[in-house]
Formats: sequence, C-alpha cells, structure tokens
Amino acid sequence: MGINRREFLKIAGISVVAGLGGASAVDLLRRAPVEASQVSPNPKALTAKRWAMVIDTRKLTETDCKRIIEACHRTHNVPEIGTKQEVKWIWTEEYEHAFPDDMNKFISDEVKHRPFLMLCNHCDEPACVRVCPTKATFKRADGIVMMDMHRCIGCRFCMAACPFGARSFNFGDPRPYVKEENRKYPTRMRGVVEKCTFCTERLEEGLMPACVEVSNGALIFGDLDDPNSEVRKALRENYSIRRKPNLGTQPCVYYIV
Amino acid sequence: MLEKALYGSKGYYVWIMLLLGIIGVGSIAYYTQLTQGLKITGMSRDVSWGFYIAQFTYLVGVAASAVMLVLPYYFHHYKAFKKMIILGEFMAVSAVSMCMLFIVVDLGQPQRLLNVLLHPTPGSILFWDMVVLNGYLFLNIVIGWTTLQAERKGVTPASWVKPLVYLSVIWAFSIHTVTAFLYAGLPGRHYWLTAIMAARFLASAFCSGPAILLLLALLIRRLTKYDPGKEAIQSLAKIITYAMCVNVFFFLLELFTAFYSNIPGHMHPFIYLFQGMEGHGALVPFMWAAAAMAIGCLILLIPPAWRNNENVLIVGLLMLFGATWIDKGLALLVGGFVPNMFERITEYGPTIPELAISMMVYATGALILTILWKVAISVKKEIA
Repeated sequence: MGINRREFLKIAGISVVAGLGGASAVDLLRRAPVEASQVSPNPKALTAKRWAMVIDTRKLTETDCKRIIEACHRTHNVPEIGTKQEVKWIWTEEYEHAFPDDMNKFISDEVKHRPFLMLCNHCDEPACVRVCPTKATFKRADGIVMMDMHRCIGCRFCMAACPFGARSFNFGDPRPYVKEENRKYPTRMRGVVEKCTFCTERLEEGLMPACVEVSNGALIFGDLDDPNSEVRKALRENYSIRRKPNLGTQPCVYYIV
Repeated sequence: MLEKALYGSKGYYVWIMLLLGIIGVGSIAYYTQLTQGLKITGMSRDVSWGFYIAQFTYLVGVAASAVMLVLPYYFHHYKAFKKMIILGEFMAVSAVSMCMLFIVVDLGQPQRLLNVLLHPTPGSILFWDMVVLNGYLFLNIVIGWTTLQAERKGVTPASWVKPLVYLSVIWAFSIHTVTAFLYAGLPGRHYWLTAIMAARFLASAFCSGPAILLLLALLIRRLTKYDPGKEAIQSLAKIITYAMCVNVFFFLLELFTAFYSNIPGHMHPFIYLFQGMEGHGALVPFMWAAAAMAIGCLILLIPPAWRNNENVLIVGLLMLFGATWIDKGLALLVGGFVPNMFERITEYGPTIPELAISMMVYATGALILTILWKVAISVKKEIA
C-alpha cells in the first residue's frame, strides 16, 4: 500500500478540519431565523409586528409602581436578593438617574421625585444581541429581545453592552431567594443573565404583560407598526421621551412625562 | 526536548513545588466558585466584570509583546535578539494560556464554553477574540518549538516556519486590537468608547510586556548564567522607553478630549478614578501611584546613561510595570463600570477567593513559562 503513517495522519487531520469547518460554515451561511416554532399556535395569542410600551408617568404613584414590580417579579420567579448582586426585571429610578443626559437643575419638584419605571427597552438595534457570542440573546421578529437561558455561558458581555442597565446576572443560585414559586414559569439556575421579556409567555396565551395588567391603564402595550394601536394613539396625543436616544439603539419603551 | 524540564537544580524543584502549591490552594477556591457561583467574587450587577477580565486584558498585552523581538529579528535581521527571541515567544505562550484561563474562570457556566464554537457568531467580538487568541497560542508554540528543535539539531528551521513567523507579527497586533474592540464598541460606556483604545492597548502592551520579559530575563541571567547579551538588553530597553512615551502620550490625549470638550459623561470616570465621587474613591491612591510611577519610570529610562545602568533600569522597569498594571489591569475595567448607567456609584473590590483564583491562574502561567524556558535555556546551553 502506498500510504504510510505520515500521509494517513495528514489525510485524517485535513478531513477532521474540513468536517468541523464545513459544518459551521453551512451554519453561518444559512442564517436560519432563530424563532422557535410552535406545533399548533394558540389562536388566542396576541401578535404584533413591533411590540412597544408607553408608560404614562403622570398616572403612577409609588404604590402603583410597587404593585407593578411585585406582579412582574412574582410572575417570573425573580429572586429577592437585596445585595449589590441583586436580580431585577423592573424597578424605579428618579428622573435624574433615569434620564442622566437631561441635566436640568430647575425641573419641577413633582417630576424630579416622580417614580420612573425602568425595564428592558427591547431596542430595535440591541447592543446586547450584537455582542452575545452564542446567540443566547436574540431579537424576535416581533421586536422582543429574548434570552435562551440554556445556551447562555454567563460571560456577561451583554451586561457591559446594555446602556440601560437592564440586565441581571445570577451570581449564585437564585432559587432560595424566590419567596413563592410560580409553577407556571421556570426558575433560573446560577451563572446566567436574565431580564424582562415583555411577558412572551403571557402574550402566547392572549394575556397582556403582567405589569400592564395591574397598571390601571398607566402602562400601554401594543403594536408600534399599527397606526391605530393604543400605543400609537398615546404617542400621537402626548409628548413622550425615551432613555438615551442619542445612542441609536432605538428603545421601544416610551415615557409620557 | 521536553525531558529537559524533568531535570534541574534543587531550587528549580522547590520553585515548581511552590507553584503547584499555589495552584492547589487556588483550586480549592475555584471549586467553591464552581459549586456556589460567582457570588463569592466582589462583582455586582453594576460592576459585572472584575479582576479576572482585567487580568485577561493586561495579559493579552503581555502576549502581544513578543512581536517587539520577532519584528526586529526577522524583518530587520537584527541578530542581537537571537538569544532573547525564544524567551519572548515562550512568554507569549504562557501569557495567552493565562488569558484563556481568566476567561474560563470568569464564566458563569464554564461547562457551556463550547457553545461559542457550536453557535459561531461572527457579529460578536468575543467570538473573534477566541479565534485570534487560539491562533496566536498555536503560532507561538509551533514557531518557538520548531526553531528551537532545528537549532538543537544544527539545521535551519523548515521552510514553512518563515511564513508562520511573518503571520505571527500581524497576528500579534490583531490580538490586542480585537481585545480593545471588546470594550471600544459598546454604546454608553464612556471610558471605553474611544477610537484610540486599540492604539492605547498596543502602546501599553509594547512597553509593559517587554518590561516584564526583560525583568525576567535579567533574573534568569542571575539564576542560570544564560546571558541574552548586553546589546539585546539595551535595545529592548530603548523599545520599552519609546513605547511608554507613546502610552503616556495617548493617555494625555484621552484627558484632553474628556476635559476640553467638557462633556460630563466623558469626564466622570476620570474624576471618579483620580478624585473620587460622592464620597467613593477606592482607586484614588492607586491612580496617583500609577501616575507617579509612570512619570518616574520615564525620568529613569529616557536618559541613555541611566537606562544603560542595569540597577537603574531594573527600578525603572518595575515602576513601569506598576504603572501599566494599575492602568490596564485595574482602572480600565472599573472606569468603564463606575459611574453606572444611572450615574450612580457602586464600587468594586476583589474578594479573597477571587484573588486566590487569580493567583491560581498566574501560578499556572508561571509553571508553563518555567517549563518552556527551562527547555529553551537547557537546549541553548547544550549547543553553546
């Protein structure tokens, strides 16, 4: 036979490299949409081309915000850790911290101390999605920025990239810190990043996001691409602002001040 | 050739045992982190990267520094570096290994590491960083090992080594450029969002890496009588001095842009680092120490008469190391996270387990370096 050990190793090596490289090259070229498809979509599911939220901050008091935060965190088994390694999906900030670029010293006292709800902006150009090395965080066709907790390697690049501080990392096991577990929503394990999901699991069942449901109309949720939607109506009739619009991420959470 | 690492003096064995001991202690800390998560570190929701990623960043620079020997030697046939070049290549191997280990210990789910390969994402800079770091590790192992082996056998290295050497020069620039891009492309992190970041990284790499190399080479000369040669030492010292001047200059450019433009977001990290903000100033003493050492080392290294005096050189290099380590192995990272996205201050300091795990990685790197240098120096002595 005209094959010696050296040649065999050469051919074997090249085959392995070609095999591995070929597979990932096909993967790259295919650019498959990362949407998980349902076997039988729920006919009641709420759908949109571009989900967005409008927060009417004039209607919200501290108590309202507390109720909203509790509803969200209870629904999604968000742990109450209470240290600087905390996990939060929605919380409040004062105006100067919510909109740090607007350094107006003489803003009215009422606005200055009004609670502003902070959550993931589900940006049109999300920096977190751009930097994720495993596509564990991705943007769905309806604009929602989602997470795959089973794929996340916990590198926290997304946390460095998000200009809105919307993401939390499970530094330790979150489960002991979940007071009452909601069995309809998964808990997380340590070592992964999480954030608000615009309640995709509720939209699929035809329900509005948990925060919207308990907001008594102060939080409006709908399709930004539909000119007749509630969110478009609210934006048409009121002056609204967004957080850090100059960074070009195109946040989809609007604040009526 | 690896068998050369098995035989050595008593001091050599003691040193290896010491390193293994540190690795052992660090492993216990790492086991705790594996079972409990990163909560044992000082990192937080606001400062979500810490000591590990900072060390990774610093060591990428140390790795890239081998090019300061390879480039003059192969591109300009500067033969004085003949005895030093293998030390540089093997130090790059050790530094890149530490870089990768620091990334792994920083992951929340390290067992999912291969997801980066399973789901390759060319849009992510971290994907490219993995590509360039692995490539650079491979290049330096292959080039270093084959040239050393050829030298031992008294033949010229195989013809395919030359193209790899040229590739490694370009590659060295790529590893630090890509690492800078990890930071420089993020919206909203003012301290990092600067076009000069990659250039700053390279300047700091080309002074700090060779400085460490030169300090270690001088130590080795004392311990093993392996002399890289006076000319090599003085030439490398000159390269280091130039690179440090550029490094300091680039930092001053950052200060100018931040403070003359008077944009608060750009000034805040500098103010936090050098002056403290709202009563928080954990890094202030470090920053001023770094500034003093940076100026001090330039004063010692710029006049040729002082630089060529080895005692002064050693002091200068140590100060340079201190200044660049604080700048890149500490402040660069913290300055990006503080103040946070809400203009609030959450401070960061590493915990004891975090430092123990870092020591484990450093000891592993030192072990790799010791073994490779032992092989290289034994071979060089054998053929001398």
